[in-house]
Amino acid sequence: MEKFISIQSTIVPLSIEDIDTDQIIPARFLKATSREGFGDNLFRDWRYDENNQAKKDFILNNADFQGKILVAGKNFGCGSSREHAAWAIHDYGFKVVVSSFFADIFKNNALNNGLLPVQVSQSFLNKIFEMVAANKNIELSVSLVDQSITIAGTTFSENFDINDYKKTCLINGYDDIDYLLSLKDKIEQYEKGSKYLSLVK
Amino acid sequence: MGKTLFEKVWNAHVVTQIPGGPDVLYIDKHLIHEVTSPQAFTGLEKRGLGLFRTQNTVATADHNVPTKNQHLPIAEPLSKYQVDRLTENCNKFGVTLYGLNHPFQGVVHVIGPELGITLPGMTMVCGDSHTSTHGAFGSIAFGIGTSEVEQVFATQCLMQSKPKTMKIEVNGKLAKGVLSKDIILYIISKISAAGGTGYFVEYCGSAITSLSMEARMTICNMSIEMGARGGIIAPDQTTFDYIKGREFAPKGKQFDEAVEYWNDLYSDHDAKFDAVLSYDAADIEPMITYGTNPGMGIKISGHVPVEADIKEESNKVSFKKSLEYMGLQQGQSLLDKPVNYVFIGSCTNSRIEDLRLVASFVKGKQKAANIHALIVPGSKQVQAQAKREGLDTILADAGFELREPGCSACLGMNEDKVPKGEYCVSTSNRNFEGRQGPGARTFLVSPLTAAAVAISGKVSDVRAMM
Repeated sequence: MEKFISIQSTIVPLSIEDIDTDQIIPARFLKATSREGFGDNLFRDWRYDENNQAKKDFILNNADFQGKILVAGKNFGCGSSREHAAWAIHDYGFKVVVSSFFADIFKNNALNNGLLPVQVSQSFLNKIFEMVAANKNIELSVSLVDQSITIAGTTFSENFDINDYKKTCLINGYDDIDYLLSLKDKIEQYEKGSKYLSLVK
Repeated sequence: MGKTLFEKVWNAHVVTQIPGGPDVLYIDKHLIHEVTSPQAFTGLEKRGLGLFRTQNTVATADHNVPTKNQHLPIAEPLSKYQVDRLTENCNKFGVTLYGLNHPFQGVVHVIGPELGITLPGMTMVCGDSHTSTHGAFGSIAFGIGTSEVEQVFATQCLMQSKPKTMKIEVNGKLAKGVLSKDIILYIISKISAAGGTGYFVEYCGSAITSLSMEARMTICNMSIEMGARGGIIAPDQTTFDYIKGREFAPKGKQFDEAVEYWNDLYSDHDAKFDAVLSYDAADIEPMITYGTNPGMGIKISGHVPVEADIKEESNKVSFKKSLEYMGLQQGQSLLDKPVNYVFIGSCTNSRIEDLRLVASFVKGKQKAANIHALIVPGSKQVQAQAKREGLDTILADAGFELREPGCSACLGMNEDKVPKGEYCVSTSNRNFEGRQGPGARTFLVSPLTAAAVAISGKVSDVRAMM
């Protein structure tokens, strides 16, 4: 997995709430059997019309807004568990998603792919939307080590939560499987005492 | 202090706890399908690993299969390629596969319970968010991403932070024409599409315990639509009677031993939940959604909200965007709205009881001329049972065709799509933009309401037609 330590970047603001993973990557694009290339269809039906023409009013088609940080409304990534949503966002070039609330499965999927979900307060999120509306060039600075997010050049800053284990994984580029494989003896020990496994023998 | 049912099952599956991190949770059963597994198999192969416990994984093809002519090769090349990869991977890694044309094939959350694979007290995962369905048996079941599928392949374990617990109690008797689908749509309309995020929900109360297993599955299935990781219902005699005699369920003395253990699976009277909600069944009517997430639901006799009803300022933009997509006005009633498409199917409502209800309602009636209806059974076994009971003939006489099993128009991965701009009354679980096809507009309802709409050709209150 790609390492993540810190980043400072301009942002792409998407001030819509309850963005579900069907919008992030529609089901008809889930037929691929590899992890690559999903970025082309990120937000497909918001980004292109039925004739595959770019919709001018959608933020990803607005050259004024570029950056490695996606900022979205509350309850981002709800719905389907498709990891393709995290792959699509990462493949498009985003390294961080900021929202005031993330759906559980999306958050796990993002963390498993080196894409950092940063949960901020609703008022901080509103502040970002407000400031980027006035100045499209504002930057956010995100430090995983300090667990902090700052609107660059201002005193607006917040700390965000992440568990110590996942933080270590991201900073070092470790994935869960390496860790789980190291627990093989403990897992086999668990199986010997498992009530469920004894019932279905 | 006592423990909740969820805590009892969770604690019994913790292999070890990581300081400052998640628990390592043992997974008893892993269900896989063609869409979210190929990258996990590739990852496993790259690491030079096999499955740690091959017998704990079961595969089927459901998301991306046609619902007509399943005996023929799949016509769409990308779909065929993906389904073929599943077969190849299962052969290579020794995983049991109930693929197309196998008598056990079907929607993954329909076949688990009907084959007796889903059992109380177990942990179960699948690369599909509606894995929450299996919680109806008193198991901890939840959806995972593909990286996690690979973790379970490699170690039969997952790293998971323990969610908070929520109790949702529904007491009283359901009125005529109100189904378990209406209960769950009602709950989600009350707490919103994000109201359960971070929680695992236990459903209880007399309106829940009086439900059949299939009706309970419909409730747990949609737990994810309020953001909850899963739902769980304490197992009881209804559960044990459902499981007994099923293909892979424990048999004889082993079954009796199992029941003895399952009888201890309940929340202690002094167990503490992080949140408790309580509803009265008498307040629940047939429900319908009007917007583009499952929390945007109203009673069938109600009206679409107006902007002033939306409490949070930040939510108003999404509300207006949603009505624009749906082509609806603030404050309007949905009754008598013409509809041209009806979908009866999905892991929410495609089981034999659903088909029986629909068949009994349409018997002796005729489908409205404007209606294109898709009735898709949840599995080969449901399809076979429907034929044994003559439901296919009843449906055919009323102008409907019973298709072959698959996820179908619930997510529109195969050719079963709703055209742009058209309304579809659907028994599935998601009304997201484009879910049933680009530009399609979905109204989520119960199977009875869907049957009523199929007959009248417009949004209808089934209670007036019974």
